[in-house]
Amino acid sequence: MLSQIKTLWTVFVHLFKRNETVQYPEEMPYQAPRYRGRIILTRDPDGEERCVACNLCAVACPVDCIALQKTEKDEDGRWYPEFFRINFSRCIMCGMCEEACPTYAIQLTPDFELCEFDRNNMVYEKEHLLIDGTGKYPDYSFWHVAGKTIDGKDKGEAQNENKPEDVRSLLP
Amino acid sequence: MATIHIDGKTYEAKAGENLLEAILSQHLDLPYFCWHPSMGSIGACRQCAIITYSDENDTRGRIGMACMTSVTDGMRVSVEAPLAKDFRSTVIEWLMENHPHDCPVCEEGGECHLQDMTVMTGHSMRRYTGTKRTWENQNLGPFIGHEMNRCITCYRCVRFYDEYAGGTDLAAFGSRGRMYFGRFEDGTLESEFAGNLVEVCPTGVFTDKPFAQSYTRKWDLQSAPSICVGCAVGCNVFPAERYGDLKRITNRYHGELNGYFLCDRGRFGSHFVNHEKRIKHAGVRTRSGDYEFGDVSNAIKVAGATLRDGAIGIGSPRASFENNFALRELVGAENFCTGIIEAELEVIKTALDVISRQGIVVPSLKQVEDADAILILGEDIANTAARTALSVRQAVRTKSFEMATDAHIPTWQDAGVRGHAKSEKSALFIATPATTRLDDIATQVTSGSVSELVAFGSSICTKIRSSTASSDDFAGRVASTLRTAKAPLIITGSSLQSIELVQVAANICFALQEHDQPSSFLFVPAEVNSVGVSLLEGGLSLSTALQRMEEGKAAVVLENDLYFRAPAESVDSALGPGNFVVLDTLENRTAEHASVVFPAATYAEQTGTFVNYETRAQRFYQVFNPQDEIAPAWLWLSQLAETLGTGATWESYASVLDQCAEHTYSQLREIAPSSDYRIGTTSRIPRQSHRYSGRTAMNAQVNIHEPKAKVDTDTPFSYSMEGQNPGDQNGATIPYVWSPGWNSNQSVFKFQQEVAGKLAGGDPGLRLIESNGAQLQYFDVETPELSRRDGSFEVIPLHLVFGSDEMSNQSWPIRARVPAPFVLLSQQDATNLGVKSGMGLKVEGITESLEVQVDSRLPSGVIGLPQGLAEIPQREIDRVHLSVDQEFVVRTNVNPEVIAKG
Repeated sequence: MLSQIKTLWTVFVHLFKRNETVQYPEEMPYQAPRYRGRIILTRDPDGEERCVACNLCAVACPVDCIALQKTEKDEDGRWYPEFFRINFSRCIMCGMCEEACPTYAIQLTPDFELCEFDRNNMVYEKEHLLIDGTGKYPDYSFWHVAGKTIDGKDKGEAQNENKPEDVRSLLP
Repeated sequence: MATIHIDGKTYEAKAGENLLEAILSQHLDLPYFCWHPSMGSIGACRQCAIITYSDENDTRGRIGMACMTSVTDGMRVSVEAPLAKDFRSTVIEWLMENHPHDCPVCEEGGECHLQDMTVMTGHSMRRYTGTKRTWENQNLGPFIGHEMNRCITCYRCVRFYDEYAGGTDLAAFGSRGRMYFGRFEDGTLESEFAGNLVEVCPTGVFTDKPFAQSYTRKWDLQSAPSICVGCAVGCNVFPAERYGDLKRITNRYHGELNGYFLCDRGRFGSHFVNHEKRIKHAGVRTRSGDYEFGDVSNAIKVAGATLRDGAIGIGSPRASFENNFALRELVGAENFCTGIIEAELEVIKTALDVISRQGIVVPSLKQVEDADAILILGEDIANTAARTALSVRQAVRTKSFEMATDAHIPTWQDAGVRGHAKSEKSALFIATPATTRLDDIATQVTSGSVSELVAFGSSICTKIRSSTASSDDFAGRVASTLRTAKAPLIITGSSLQSIELVQVAANICFALQEHDQPSSFLFVPAEVNSVGVSLLEGGLSLSTALQRMEEGKAAVVLENDLYFRAPAESVDSALGPGNFVVLDTLENRTAEHASVVFPAATYAEQTGTFVNYETRAQRFYQVFNPQDEIAPAWLWLSQLAETLGTGATWESYASVLDQCAEHTYSQLREIAPSSDYRIGTTSRIPRQSHRYSGRTAMNAQVNIHEPKAKVDTDTPFSYSMEGQNPGDQNGATIPYVWSPGWNSNQSVFKFQQEVAGKLAGGDPGLRLIESNGAQLQYFDVETPELSRRDGSFEVIPLHLVFGSDEMSNQSWPIRARVPAPFVLLSQQDATNLGVKSGMGLKVEGITESLEVQVDSRLPSGVIGLPQGLAEIPQREIDRVHLSVDQEFVVRTNVNPEVIAKG
């Protein structure tokens, strides 16, 4: 008896609480920036593709829904993916790819609206994935930390690097 | 044997070997860098630290390097002691101080020994906050990439390249923390073994450049055990595929053959598999001369009509044993031709006859390394079977190991052995027409025309037989050295196409036998299956076959570009009627004339058998499913047989193999397990690693539904990551090497019975010819007389490691190393003609002028012409006239900029 009265009272009190239900899709709910939704590929602060085609996202993916092929830009020295394909009809939005990415290229976004009538449209190629911005990590540029030479960054010009040694020096 | 106690457990080890080998032979984990199973220890990297205790009461022990400690009976050591673990992790931390943040963009990543060792020692967070040392890289040519920042100064590269492989253009520069490993200046690494640096380097300093162009991580590659098709040695390799392309070749350990190393023809010569000229559809030639594709059944019908009235079959030394057999079944043995020109075939048959004689030992490459006196007669093995030359380089060290043993220096103590021996070497005598790349280690060399070499060999033989002969001339010295050696070895080959040379080499072996000496006889045939196809009795010689074709007889040409073998004029007239069917992999001049062309699978796309120089039959397995209509040649031949209603038909590889083994050699069934071989009771062996990625995305753009993995009915392998690759399975069925914690190729020790020993499941392959007990019988050698007259020159065929092999010539990285056409001239003839190296010479019968290269050893009156270059067509060995071309301009053969990717 007492329990039933308590329940009625709780329901009554809720009449005066703020409404939690939103009128989706007219009204969009707030999504935290680190929500794990649709995957994107970002660019580094120079505006170049961040992805270096290292394949770590692909190997981390528990459903094997990422496939890519490495290639190089002419004379530039940068590695980049020749193609980069995510099969979203298999993706489980686990975020393992984002965790594995050493360059912050692959990021999950708060966009969760991935519905298609045709499953084929769930296959995203690089042109569908690549955005123009840096995403969640505005400052990081992998190529300025790595030791490989690229256009505009010679040996010894990366972070924490000395100038190249002179092989022919006889000094000890 | 010695008993050792490692962390309280008792193991058996070999007394005298080093502790690191002993620990790894037990399949225990101990990090190391500078030690290499083939190169011994130098104790440079300080990574394999262990604790040794003086007795069971010693609780403190002392730290030492496992690779520099000899195993003694009853010794007590600890790998897991905290002090040893701390030491190892500190060493790694030092090594990593300057290591760049490169792993994601490093071709070694995922199969990096440095990564593995770092994880194994537990070093994970960088504490060092200083700046990193950097280096400028060098361009090391088309095969090898260079990224010096990644170096950890283990010295393996120079120890392999200079000391093991005899290279001269890679060195260590600088001192202390500023060691640089590279060339004196930018330029192509000259050694034909440079590709091994990729596997020898424990990190990503030296990388596979062609592979890097369309790079794939090791875990994403699909691979299967295979055999290199570059030459007749039959090195074991792992071809690896991704997205339908053959990506790279790596070494597959074979204890008796290639061990840990390949040559560059083998490593970089397989990109022909992805060539744009691949024949992918069955085609029928129309009246306009074009090919009509798209209708396979029509192609088979037309081919059937072509062959209706009986046909001859031309096989090939580059096609598998089964494919040649299938052709022989289709046309009948009396109409089958091996596809090798008579001169060469006779040489091979003579050699096979010698091999079957009593007491003749055909050495494996491992046995070659134990020889203490070698005579090379006529064959330039560094070019025709490069891997053999690498073994000969190790054989001349036999003496240094003997000296070390006498001085109580352990043989694994590399610096000690080399320092003690100084320049002392075992005997190596080379008698070839021109300079070879083994001359630098030879005791003595001699040159001569073919007949002079035969005479030289005969004289050695005579001197061995007559016990009183003096040993003051060269032949006498060779004779007395061979007679007193513990393990003498005679090497010859088919490249000079001289039966007499092989006969005289055999005579030397027989003479040694008469003196109760062991006699090893190594004959180097030209191509991967030269021996195999020669064992299939064919009733037709190549010239007769060409004659018949000229007369209008229908023919089936199996994987054979006849222009590569027979003189162009005779092939031209033979192909004239165009009444023949071609089964081949690449478009070539022979296929252009065929009435029907069928797309044949390459070695990476089918399962089959090759027979190497030892007559060792070895199975190679399909690595990936071929594209389009490409199918194994036996399958096409079976369909032709069905249409014709003659010959046998087969539905699976197993059925071809069964019949082939029944009709030829029953050992063919036993060289590798059958398709129902399983690990445990149910597991297949996976072609893909357990981390293979992209399964649900790699074909999604074509079809969103993942295709069912092909069920392999021909082999014990699966086309997926399902199954087990435990390491102790049959040695012929290892699809890749990987072991927990060991992602790099260093994991191969987990697949061996003991370090650098046999594979756990046995070394693959069985010899088809064993001694038949026939007694030795001296060949009556006639020295061929080639009198020099009318100022003409005797032509000697030159074989080039890059340029004389039909298929590797089509591989784009190799093309960058194929030299511009040249003619080799003796010093004296060059003076007489008034030419120097780099000038032009017109050779009778060759349209283009050739660049002169002067050879210091070539005898006068003899010229060398490279084989296999497009500009120098096949010809009968004969005599030619020369004339100087004053307008000649030196060409660089290939501009790397314009090398189209195959």
